[in-house]
Amino acid sequence: MSELGALVRGVPPLLASHLELALIALAAGIAISLPLAIVVAHRPRLSAPVLVVAGVIQTVPGLALLALMVPLIAKTGGLGVGVSAFGFSPAVIALTLYAILPIVRNAITGLRGVDGAVVEAARAMGMTPGQILRQVELPLAAPVIAAGIRTATVWTVGAATLATPVGQPCLGNYIFAGLQTRNWSMLLTGVVAAALLAIALDALLGMTERALASRDRRRVLVPAGALVILVPVVLFALPALASPRGGHEPTYNAVASKGVRPPVTDIRIGGKTYTEQYILVEALRQRLERVGIHVEVVQSLGSTVVFDALDKGDIDAYVDYSGTVWTNLMRRAAGPPRWQILAEVEGWLAREHHVRSMGSLGFENAYVLATRRDTAERLKLRTLADLTARAPALAIGGDYEFFSRAEWASVRAAYDLNFARTASFDPTLLYDAVVAGRVDVVSVYSSDGRIAAHDLVVLEDPAGALPPYDAMILLGSRIASSPRVQCALAPLRGALSVDLVRRASLMVDRTENKSTPQAAATWLLEAAHVHDDDCSDAPP
Amino acid sequence: MRFNRLSSRRVIDLVDVSKRYPGAGESFAVRGVTLHVADRELMAVLGESGSGKTTLLKMINRLVEPDTGAVRVFDVDVKTRDVVELRRTIGYVIQNAGLFPHLTIGDNVAIVPRLLQWPATKTAARVDELLELVGLPSAAYRERFPDQLSGGQRQRAGVARALAARPRVLLLDEPFSALDPITRVALQEELRRIHRDLGLTTIMVTHDLVEALTLADRVAVMLRGELRQVGTPAELLNAPADEYVARLMGMVRGQAEQLDTLLGARE
Repeated sequence: MSELGALVRGVPPLLASHLELALIALAAGIAISLPLAIVVAHRPRLSAPVLVVAGVIQTVPGLALLALMVPLIAKTGGLGVGVSAFGFSPAVIALTLYAILPIVRNAITGLRGVDGAVVEAARAMGMTPGQILRQVELPLAAPVIAAGIRTATVWTVGAATLATPVGQPCLGNYIFAGLQTRNWSMLLTGVVAAALLAIALDALLGMTERALASRDRRRVLVPAGALVILVPVVLFALPALASPRGGHEPTYNAVASKGVRPPVTDIRIGGKTYTEQYILVEALRQRLERVGIHVEVVQSLGSTVVFDALDKGDIDAYVDYSGTVWTNLMRRAAGPPRWQILAEVEGWLAREHHVRSMGSLGFENAYVLATRRDTAERLKLRTLADLTARAPALAIGGDYEFFSRAEWASVRAAYDLNFARTASFDPTLLYDAVVAGRVDVVSVYSSDGRIAAHDLVVLEDPAGALPPYDAMILLGSRIASSPRVQCALAPLRGALSVDLVRRASLMVDRTENKSTPQAAATWLLEAAHVHDDDCSDAPP
Repeated sequence: MRFNRLSSRRVIDLVDVSKRYPGAGESFAVRGVTLHVADRELMAVLGESGSGKTTLLKMINRLVEPDTGAVRVFDVDVKTRDVVELRRTIGYVIQNAGLFPHLTIGDNVAIVPRLLQWPATKTAARVDELLELVGLPSAAYRERFPDQLSGGQRQRAGVARALAARPRVLLLDEPFSALDPITRVALQEELRRIHRDLGLTTIMVTHDLVEALTLADRVAVMLRGELRQVGTPAELLNAPADEYVARLMGMVRGQAEQLDTLLGARE
């Protein structure tokens, strides 16, 4: 019950930013769609292409549309006007595009549905085109237009949950984190809150729609009044109540003038979408808060988003892995030994991006291929080389990215692997798939506690086809020189063994007696004997 | 002989007007029509559907622009007038009235006065006056919506709306053709009365032979875009200009004879 209580107390700020995102996207969608519909409604040559384009946008899955915005904005220099490719901007642009179709389609339908005789009577009475539009066509089309806005609202509130991976806090934070850490009450809290928001807005807009269709336009005042009261309550009052401290807005625009380094009092930490990352984010938070730095956490970021966010200063720190930078960012192939890759990665990050690595945390989280113990014994599998002959009769499962990553190409080439079937799973469900025998081999993560928990056998990689993945804390240029940040984080260097990380992850991932990522982080820091230097002398 | 009471001053002149719609090939909607309507005259334009009679009517308030020819109202070429301002001085009534379904009857009638920015009290008084004039007592009907009225009541409201800003010219396009015969006859008589009492110059488009002959001072007969004859009902009946008009008049005579026979049989 207290767990649920904590979850519910976390809802208002997420609900507020969710609603803010959805409403701004809707307002922008209406501002674009209505004039567009008015212009093209009576011009079939224009309305056909407009509807086709809006329809095509609609067919792009919401998650992909949101994710697409990040490189699109980044590659165009912020759409030419310096729009941030992180957080609110990509989310609101994608959701706006998403809202256009239902509004445009209904507005065109509504305007075309106005009785031609009525419009002709209006013209014959000497109404100007503008007067006909405002006094005749729009009022008569209003119920249909309102229905379109209502549809767009429900879609937008739902799709806004997908804004989490691009760095915009919303109810999706609970959904992504809950799914990744198998915390079903968290997942359901997020889903129920988003559903209730959609239902509430749908009901209010339904009232508006019926009021517009009725004779008595004054009935519109009731839902409109409810919106006017509810929206500020959700946006401001609820979050203020939920966090009485409130009002603390860190500023991230402090630009260092030459030679003068502003003190670091606030840090924003990013994290990716899996259990280990949720725990490491909490560990960093605890270390930094201990030395009096205010920490804000942006969780569940897409792995393509998080580095760009650090590079652009949207976040200040996160934990990445040497192999990820090596293959994804530096586009290098596996081969060099582990120490050399780590060194080259750190040098490259400093040189090319002014990003500081705090060194390896002491463990690797590499992609490894694993099988059930009975499968390994039956097929006599010990190394990846043993898979070569067996693969054509086996199925392999991986996370969403694995089969398109360089590591997969490299391991296939090195061992001549031709599996009968490949299947992508959410990482959470990957283990269930291999345990249930739906796939025979899975690509999993070497620091994941579930490998041992499910008694899986990790196949060795004698050819070194899979690169090493040393976990390392990366600091953005704004905080890279802060002695106090160094003092707080340096004790983590080399302190976390893979065994401790696995146990901490399992504490969160297991179904019985689950821990929160916060509790697992506290346990991890204690078990690793991370010592506490006195950092009070270190300048912020 | 009603025509003789009319002044000879011309209010509406259509001079050799023609109109071809895009995509209609060689066929004219209106071809070479010249028609003069005198002050306070009630002119019926009679024709089958597709005869061009509605196109001709719409040239007067510029809902349709003729390809060639000229249209003058009170001796001013309508092309030289601002189209919005022109239309506000000409009343226009269409089949099924074309009332705005989202506005009350009172607000419908008040549209043109409000467009002309009349003071609210003057507009309200005018609405009351007009609703009384067309037989819809204001207290009972002003706040109703069009779909709460019968077809005949809607048509009365349509006439009231067209007359709101005291136009001197009234155009009616098949105003009574969707009404039942009893309502139609009642409204025809009221139209005649209003036309006379307000001193209007009225053009009514109709496909109803009897309506044209019994209501109008003069009738203009159209066929396939061309004007076949203009004359008083008596002139048309007694001296049809061509075979088409003669055939139309023959139909009316035939009906009248049948009625006479029926009446005779009763006596």
